[in-house]
Amino acid sequence: MALTSEKLAEPVAAPALAEDTPSVAIRNLDLAFGSVKVLQNLNLDIRQGEFLVLLGSSGCGKSTLLNCIAGLLDVTGGQIFINERNVTWAEPSERGIGMVFQSYALYPQMSVRGNLSFGLKNQRLPKAEIEERVNRAAGILQIENLLDRKPAALSGGQRQRVAIGRALVRDVDVFLFDEPLSNLDAKLRSELRVEIKRLHQKLSNTMVYVTHDQIEALTLADRIAIMRGGVIQQLDAPQTIYNKPANLYVAGFIGSPSMSFLDAETVESGGTTALQVGARTVPLDGYEGEGPLAPGRKVVFGVRPEHIVVTDAADPAAHVTATVDLDEPMGSDSLLWLDMDGHKLSVRIASDANYAPGSTVGLSFDLSKSSIFDTQSELRL
Amino acid sequence: MTDATATYTGPHGPKPKRRLSPTNIMLYGTLFVVAVYYLLPLYVMIVTSLKGMPEIRLGNVFAPPVEVTFEPWVKAWAEACTGINCDGLSRGFWNSVQILVPSVILSIAVASVNGYALANWKFKGSEVFFTILIFGAFIPYQVMIYPIVILLREAGEGISAVTGTNFRLMGSIWGLVIVHTIFGMPILTLLFRNYFTSVPEELFKAARVDGAGFWGIYFRIMLPMSLPIFVVAIILQVTGIWNDFLFGVIYTKPDTYPMTVQLNNIVNSVQGVKEYNVNMAATLLTGLVPLVIYFVSGKLFVRGIAAGAVKG
Repeated sequence: MALTSEKLAEPVAAPALAEDTPSVAIRNLDLAFGSVKVLQNLNLDIRQGEFLVLLGSSGCGKSTLLNCIAGLLDVTGGQIFINERNVTWAEPSERGIGMVFQSYALYPQMSVRGNLSFGLKNQRLPKAEIEERVNRAAGILQIENLLDRKPAALSGGQRQRVAIGRALVRDVDVFLFDEPLSNLDAKLRSELRVEIKRLHQKLSNTMVYVTHDQIEALTLADRIAIMRGGVIQQLDAPQTIYNKPANLYVAGFIGSPSMSFLDAETVESGGTTALQVGARTVPLDGYEGEGPLAPGRKVVFGVRPEHIVVTDAADPAAHVTATVDLDEPMGSDSLLWLDMDGHKLSVRIASDANYAPGSTVGLSFDLSKSSIFDTQSELRL
Repeated sequence: MTDATATYTGPHGPKPKRRLSPTNIMLYGTLFVVAVYYLLPLYVMIVTSLKGMPEIRLGNVFAPPVEVTFEPWVKAWAEACTGINCDGLSRGFWNSVQILVPSVILSIAVASVNGYALANWKFKGSEVFFTILIFGAFIPYQVMIYPIVILLREAGEGISAVTGTNFRLMGSIWGLVIVHTIFGMPILTLLFRNYFTSVPEELFKAARVDGAGFWGIYFRIMLPMSLPIFVVAIILQVTGIWNDFLFGVIYTKPDTYPMTVQLNNIVNSVQGVKEYNVNMAATLLTGLVPLVIYFVSGKLFVRGIAAGAVKG
């Protein structure tokens, strides 16, 4: 029964079961607030020691899912297993998880030491062990000199480090991060991002990380689960998600500047299938699709800015021609905006290249890194 | 072109302010009038309480005392008669203290837990429960006076029957304590609920992950964070209960009358000469407790009121 409903619930693909025991397993999870169904029949296996990022725009259910794993929300249906133990009805403190929150959530009246040891005192651990664990966590996070300060006397980065420490001292297998870097400024964010990655390499705990920032997701994750409307759209390694997005939504969500989409049609050309884009025919040599493409289908051709090469308009190797709209210099490179029969296209070019607005250029696509989606189902073909 | 040390021409630096602008005259004039309006009665009371009766009979209400005497204060505190008791206001004062302390502690203890539960441990129907509780604040006291008389009488007799003692709730200090606790509940619960709602939810979640339960979170996380709102609640309750007259006169007996009721009996006694100086001293004595509370806690009170402002 579980298997059939799994297939029904996942529009893309049912999550593959890990070979060894999953660290966190979610089975047919439902969650509703009154009549609003946030999560419906969700299945997810998180491997031992994996860094899994739940990515999506706000309201997609990613934080809700994390709160369900943490036990801070009562599920409406389904089961949650952590290390094969059914924790569906367990209290958050009994689940073997540590959690880091966006707003740090440090206890304001306690010192850093008090914050770190609060959970351990609740477990009634011996004083010596509390002391030892606090010192070890403080050592790992380099906050030894802050132990006697109050949270109000710490900077944002220090606070978040203490918050991570509070999860660390609990000696748990699973770390849950709820947008931990969103309250920090850009510089600190990238610093702490690296630190979290280093921490994961050192500890090799399972980490579940919720974010809406795709850079964080791409840099940190072993696998990313992209969510939309409470449904996991794709669960894959970052590079796979980037190069072979499962559907139009994922393709448009991941990547900045985002992928360009062109309406096209598959046609018969010289015995193989080619793509009819506007007036030009693009051969599908090297395209890595999910299966053979039949001619005569309406499709959407998606290509990222860095997978287009700008050539001379008269170049016979060019797939199509387009008109230069404007040039956006970004420092390391430039973004060239083009117009092709009313379709907007962006191309990443070298920063010293110069194209006058209004001029016509030729474009050739790197088909091995492009995607073709069905217009109806929006799935990658 | 221009020398850096050259003097400016035209406007420069901060704009000069006029001390005697029409706005300032209006502002300070109004403040002065209002201050006088409130301070004048107090002045008259203090001055009168320090005069002897012959001086009062001269009729100069605003004149300062020619001969300062503390006799009226002593009499008001220790000698003034109400009914058969002639031990002054002191009896009422101690009665009031005995009513005040348990009422304040009990009502705040219950209301803070109420507010905490309603803010952080939402249960099915908690919003309805809260609405009903708040609705209680708008029911006129008069409607509830007699039912409570019966409730206290029956409850007291019930306790007596069970324990085999002659315990009475109606007419005793404990009956009044219960009444004050109940009537303080709506507004205090609202106050605490709104304060605890403003505490970030993630803090509460973090404490749950750390293994703290209902009482653990209340005592170790919430309580230490909510000193301002407790100060507000204490001030509201101390002044409210101290100034209460209606419940005091209904639910207690002459032996256990609170200070306010006793003050009324002294001031309104019809026999003998009206001793204005004693009356004034008695009134000032009765008002002293709330006055001291306000003076001591003014700043904390304002801060706490802002923190517990009514919202969502």
